[in-house]
Amino acid sequence: MNNPLALHITRFVVLILAQVFIFDNIHLFGFISPFVYILFLLLYPVKVNQQLFLFLGFLLGLTMDFFSDTGGIHAASCLMLAYARPAVLKYSFGVSYEYNTIKINHTTMSGRLTYISSLVVLHHLIFYTLEIFNIKHTLFILKSALFSSIFTILLSLILMIIFSTKKS
Amino acid sequence: MFLFLFAISLGLTLQSHSYHKSKFVNSANSITGSIYSIKSDITTYFGLRKENELLLEENSRLKNLLQHTEKETIAISDTAIFELGFVYRPAEVINNNFSKANNFLTLKGGKNQGVKPEMGVITSNGIVGITDQVGANYSTVLSILNSNSSISVQLKRTGHFGSLVWNGKDPNVLQLIDISRQAPVAIGDSITTDGRSTIFPKNIPVGIVKDFTYDQSENFYIIDIALFNDMTRTENVYIIENKNAEEIKELENRSINE
Repeated sequence: MNNPLALHITRFVVLILAQVFIFDNIHLFGFISPFVYILFLLLYPVKVNQQLFLFLGFLLGLTMDFFSDTGGIHAASCLMLAYARPAVLKYSFGVSYEYNTIKINHTTMSGRLTYISSLVVLHHLIFYTLEIFNIKHTLFILKSALFSSIFTILLSLILMIIFSTKKS
Repeated sequence: MFLFLFAISLGLTLQSHSYHKSKFVNSANSITGSIYSIKSDITTYFGLRKENELLLEENSRLKNLLQHTEKETIAISDTAIFELGFVYRPAEVINNNFSKANNFLTLKGGKNQGVKPEMGVITSNGIVGITDQVGANYSTVLSILNSNSSISVQLKRTGHFGSLVWNGKDPNVLQLIDISRQAPVAIGDSITTDGRSTIFPKNIPVGIVKDFTYDQSENFYIIDIALFNDMTRTENVYIIENKNAEEIKELENRSINE
């Protein structure tokens, strides 16, 4: 797949379907559910129009909302992730990330881990806060967000490793 | 741009937290509906054996009931049964949530199949929820595992009634609130629907009392109910239509307005 547009559309559709068909059915210990579909936003090229990226984040979230009857919760948390990404990129890979057209797959493991974890934790925190929407259950929100984040990060890393070897 | 989109998504979120609002974002549309039915076409095969067992169980229970009532019903004419006004329709669950704080199910069957909002949804073992958004061929169900759900139920033995709600923790345990402390409650008591709303007929089994405590004022019970129905695996359900619902609602509205 040499056409980047086709690649991104395929990735969008495949990740949404994978999330709906497979990952939405995983409930470890009753409350740990991974959200692997945000890989689309994590893997999106670094050099990109930020406005377009925000819109894509919103669109991705909204698509998930349609499937899971969650109103705008996925949209809000994906949008937040998209908004925070430039800052997190700078923080994880150093100031020069804009000049070197880095690819996420070719970076150091520690930088990659910081990048993925920060964004995933951010997304999950917002998601569970909006979903449960009750200050009384703060502990439950934190617990769900933390454990689901760990699970999502693990799955994302595994998927990235599997699919990166194929391309190179 | 960010603020604009963020405002939209927060608006949609707030809308989803309030019951009784028509939501734009729901899975009763044709795209998500058809994708979910493809999924359920595949996954239901794995549960066929269990579903068969449930059907057999229900059939034998109904046959036993029929045997007991056969002699008595001969005297009653057909119209008497019809006046009860509840019509049951089978429906297939194509998507089921139970791990979130606000859960919905998606059913195959919408306006074209005669489904309307606010119809009761049950399985052979107990209640599931109330239909919410209805599309052309699919509809969503507000699960009893939803913080917006509140269903009127009663203690079968004494007839004391209260509201069935969910605290968001265990998908097999719900809470019964608003029952006065005067009511005698014992662990193991059966809970059924009470027929006070137009949605569920009377005496549909719900669950049994598992445990109970008192609320902050010490005047009301908080009763943990273990469901008969396994909410984590509902594949075939019945939608209940109350033929008299409109008339009852109209009468109620008229007396409120006067």
